[in-house]
Amino acid sequence: MEDAYLVALLTLSATIRVSTPLILGAMAGLFSERSGIVDIGLEGKMLAAAFAAAAASAVTHVAVIGLVAGIAASVVLALIHGYASITQRGNQVVSGVAINILVAGLTVVLGIAWFHQGGETPPLPPDGRFVPVALPFQHALESVPVLGPIYAHLIGGHNLLVYVALATVPLTHWIVNATRFGLRLRAVGENPQAVDTAGISVAWLRYRAVILCGVLTGIAGTYLSIAQNANFVRNMSAGQGFIALAALIFGKWRAWPTLGACLLFGFLDAVAIRLQGVSVPGIGEVPVQLIQALPYGLTVILLAGFIGKAVAPRASGIPYVKEH
Amino acid sequence: MPAAESVPPAIELRHIDKRFGTVHANRDVSMSIARGSITGIVGENGAGKSTLMSILYGFYEADSGEILVNGESAAIRNPHDALLLGIGMVHQHFVLIDPFTVLENVMLGAEGGMLLRRGKASARQELARLEREYGLGVDPDAAVGMLPVGAQQRVEILKALYRGAGILILDEPTGVLTPQETDQLFRILKTLRDRGATVILISHKLREIMAVTDAVYVMRGGAVVAHRRTEETNAGELAELMVGRKVRLEIDKAPARPGAERLVVDDVTLRDARGVTVLDHVSFRARGGEIVGVAGISGNGQSELLEVLAGIRPVEAGRIVVDGVEISRSRPRDPAGMRDLGVAHIPEDRHRLGLVVSFEATESALLGYQHDEAYTGPVLQRHDAINRQCAVLMDEFDVRPRQPFMRSDNFSGGNQQKLIVARELARAPKVLLVGQPTRGVDIGAIEFIHRQLVEHRDAGCAVLLVSVELDEIMALADRILVMCNGRIVGDVARSDADERMLGLMMADARIVDGTAATVRPV
Amino acid sequence: MKSFARSRAPLPRWADVALIPVANVVLALFAAGLIVLIIGENPLKAVRIIVAGALGDSEGIGYTLYYATNYIFTGLAVAVAFHAGLFNIGGEGQAYLGGLGVGLVLLAFDRVLPLAALIPLAVVAAALFGAAWAFIPAYLQAYRGSHIVITTIMFNFLASALMVYLMVNVMIAPHQMSPESRELLPNAWLPQIKPMLAAMGITVARSPLNLSFLLAVLSCVGVWAYLWHTPWGYELRTVGQSERAAVYAGVKLGRVIVAAMLVSGALAGFVGVNEIMGVHHRLLLNFNLGYGFTGIAVALMGRNHPIGVVLASLLFGILSQGGAELAFEIPAITPEMIVVIQGLIILFSGALANFSRPLFERAFAMSARA
Repeated sequence: MEDAYLVALLTLSATIRVSTPLILGAMAGLFSERSGIVDIGLEGKMLAAAFAAAAASAVTHVAVIGLVAGIAASVVLALIHGYASITQRGNQVVSGVAINILVAGLTVVLGIAWFHQGGETPPLPPDGRFVPVALPFQHALESVPVLGPIYAHLIGGHNLLVYVALATVPLTHWIVNATRFGLRLRAVGENPQAVDTAGISVAWLRYRAVILCGVLTGIAGTYLSIAQNANFVRNMSAGQGFIALAALIFGKWRAWPTLGACLLFGFLDAVAIRLQGVSVPGIGEVPVQLIQALPYGLTVILLAGFIGKAVAPRASGIPYVKEH
Repeated sequence: MPAAESVPPAIELRHIDKRFGTVHANRDVSMSIARGSITGIVGENGAGKSTLMSILYGFYEADSGEILVNGESAAIRNPHDALLLGIGMVHQHFVLIDPFTVLENVMLGAEGGMLLRRGKASARQELARLEREYGLGVDPDAAVGMLPVGAQQRVEILKALYRGAGILILDEPTGVLTPQETDQLFRILKTLRDRGATVILISHKLREIMAVTDAVYVMRGGAVVAHRRTEETNAGELAELMVGRKVRLEIDKAPARPGAERLVVDDVTLRDARGVTVLDHVSFRARGGEIVGVAGISGNGQSELLEVLAGIRPVEAGRIVVDGVEISRSRPRDPAGMRDLGVAHIPEDRHRLGLVVSFEATESALLGYQHDEAYTGPVLQRHDAINRQCAVLMDEFDVRPRQPFMRSDNFSGGNQQKLIVARELARAPKVLLVGQPTRGVDIGAIEFIHRQLVEHRDAGCAVLLVSVELDEIMALADRILVMCNGRIVGDVARSDADERMLGLMMADARIVDGTAATVRPV
Repeated sequence: MKSFARSRAPLPRWADVALIPVANVVLALFAAGLIVLIIGENPLKAVRIIVAGALGDSEGIGYTLYYATNYIFTGLAVAVAFHAGLFNIGGEGQAYLGGLGVGLVLLAFDRVLPLAALIPLAVVAAALFGAAWAFIPAYLQAYRGSHIVITTIMFNFLASALMVYLMVNVMIAPHQMSPESRELLPNAWLPQIKPMLAAMGITVARSPLNLSFLLAVLSCVGVWAYLWHTPWGYELRTVGQSERAAVYAGVKLGRVIVAAMLVSGALAGFVGVNEIMGVHHRLLLNFNLGYGFTGIAVALMGRNHPIGVVLASLLFGILSQGGAELAFEIPAITPEMIVVIQGLIILFSGALANFSRPLFERAFAMSARA
């Protein structure tokens, strides 16, 4: 009984850690998409940030500098996407795809040129990383029945960026729903003409959304390389940018439901390894690929309208052209 | 004219001029709008009213001229500048955020701080005050998308007043309102005026202009043609000024010899996505060998009527019968199906429907007929036949330049239209639907197209001609229907109609019973 | 705010079709050159090595054309979809499934049928499986309004999961460590070009170039004929240019959207003919990697026309083969540099396509006045 309880807790704990980049990526996408700018490039920005963070940290051995570098790289790419989508009124999907491909190649090219390790960055010492933070009295309280392990393993035992990620959810909700910026953001994603008529700059509003997106994907990428792991490895984002996008759609572009979707997808991932080789009565062995495929399959079913309707912001993907 | 000379006019426009490429939208327009008045600006579509107000609100800048607001020269480069000067606009097509509440829509742009909570509280107070003072009542927490159209318009007005607008421009406000909602609106406007606001009302509905304004400007062809005090004029005079005395296009044509009934429209009703009724129990018949003209100011249901008859929109209620074949909700037909019945369609919007602008002329000349066995085998198209047909069409209708492989949008408007007309007439249709055939077309092409329509009428085709140009209707039609607010408000023989009567019917000022030919006051 | 007095002239047709696309590629290559400089190498030297490696000898040319074969398939796939106004990002998955189809058919029949029967079977299987993988996203877009970009991306991942599952659990050859099927019998091997040329007295070095190159050429002709010489292609292009005109012309929108995607998926599926029947001669994983996405670059660069697609495919073939040589000669510049160039080309030909347009318009206006 004790064992099962512990196993369950550890699984939930792993879920939170695995969901962290998804949560950050999804919140990033939320800002961009609610403003009407489609962002397929979450994956590319995350990967770029992962590389920049690992590279900067490898050189300076200071985790915070890695974080700053990761955010900077991601914001630069976000501005490129913004420029192409907002000012040049280009195809936003193409821009996102271009950034993904560009980053996939560039991170390896620069990685090999600078570190000569086949595309990886050197392993980082603890001060170059974000290591798990011990909450006050964590060890002492661990033996308290039922609550102790929760405090030690579920609430505690994570690194700083995990807490940051969880904090971004209520923060995002608050910004979008309770501030002036959030009101205008939602407005420009639904009807940019209304915003223009009210005397507000559509372009500047969208640029800010895109920059915010860049900051959050920057944190997500940084987490991947210098918090969850200890270096950068090629393609380490492994599609998580797309799962984050799927979670955002699943959560209907709202902060709290999206958190739920991220945790769900993270849970599936954490559980996939454990379920390998396990027989489920009536079905037999559950293939690990089926569980891995679930987030994608569920998103398609959602988009097909079978689990309720996913209605995107009305102006999503449409470049704004003043028409009178 | 204004009462006190010492109070400067709220708005003064001096010699405003604006061109868009070759179109001279505003010609040397000068106006003086007194403070604390309701001034109407009337004119047909394309008269320049909307452009003028867009300049006033900062969407465009005039090429030359001056704007004075409350006596002081003003530079209005964008809506922000206009709002700062106290000018507010209620658009014809609302710019509201449907998922937002009324409160949120009103606050947008004037939130009163970075955090919404305080702004919302003070906005609620202000909305309550506006309701008390002007009778503008709307539930602040209702989602705007769910409100009836009249309420949505009140939200638009509230938006402007909330920003402190002392000068309110309303662009065709009553197009989407029921009569009751219209009365309510007018009460609100009068209250606003009585409390010192200035209202500019753009409209083509003369009855309303007469009912609510203090002064009226009439615009035609981009210029101001008249300025009257409302109490010193009447709807008839305004209608004449609006429509003007244009050169009458005379067509030499034999009297019509109508034959069998080709097209029956029976009690067709259509609602748009918002639930607004755009076709209101429309019924009429058209026989082979006659041209039925549908007159009316743009936006009164004519476009939707053509779309339903062409199969582009499905028939929701009522039915259509073409040569004995019924089309209804349970028996739908798409445009291909309608073409099979012998219905040809020259669309109003030639750029978006009639052609594909990036296609070569031969490809545009195929539009709608791509599966015809003359133009395609079982797999491959017969390009020689297609190209030959295009050349023939271009020859017969004198489309210039004679380059079948030139991009469609490189042809002039008149030649594009001739190509479309040629294409649709080539198959001797039984029913011909025509929308605005000569819009943006030069005189030579106009004459040619008109002659073709008459020739096909004489060959037994039933022609339904929708046009906002009264001259065109008067010259071509054998019978005239007038549409207003989605209804047929008049059905008269050409011989019984004159411009003045039609103008009044179009402007919803009079209703004439076609069969009895008597005049009933509204 | 809006000024209509700016001196610009609309561009002549040749500038639109040739000059701007070339300018976009030049910009992309220029940016790539900058990156090469940043990592401390000489861009011009790199270019020389690339060209020599790709076109300098018959082995290089063979490899270049082998890569180009796949790019032509996926480039045509994206181009056909674009003509209908659809963005098919699912080429990776459709190519994967096409290969699965080829593998299944060949593994089932290579013991009983001769090559002459297996070739058409494989081609049909590739087309069917590739089209089937495009069908659901197409249907959902046409009849339920689901955004095809998202659904095709999801289907790429689903294809990956499916293939891993199948290869590891079902198709794996007995006593095998890596997830591969058994090798196909020689009568299921698509003929190489080398022996065919040798029979004509032309000696060339060994390379993976095989008969599927002919399929690529035929596909180009087929796509050209389909789009510009059949009524369905006409309707497809009309839908892509103007949905309203298409409705006016009696086109059934849903059917055309689905048809376009089926054709697109089938074309991408042909990659399987090249890879499974022509090169690897067994079913395996990851033979599709990168071809789907390069197809997007190829279609954008080639302006969605078969001739443009062929030219762009050759360019990317040169980059792929030359890039491999480059990695050999200058280890600091890895093969991923080609991926970078791909991304830059997609960026400049796609999203920033009109970046250079104002400059050219002004140049033309000035020269017109001079």
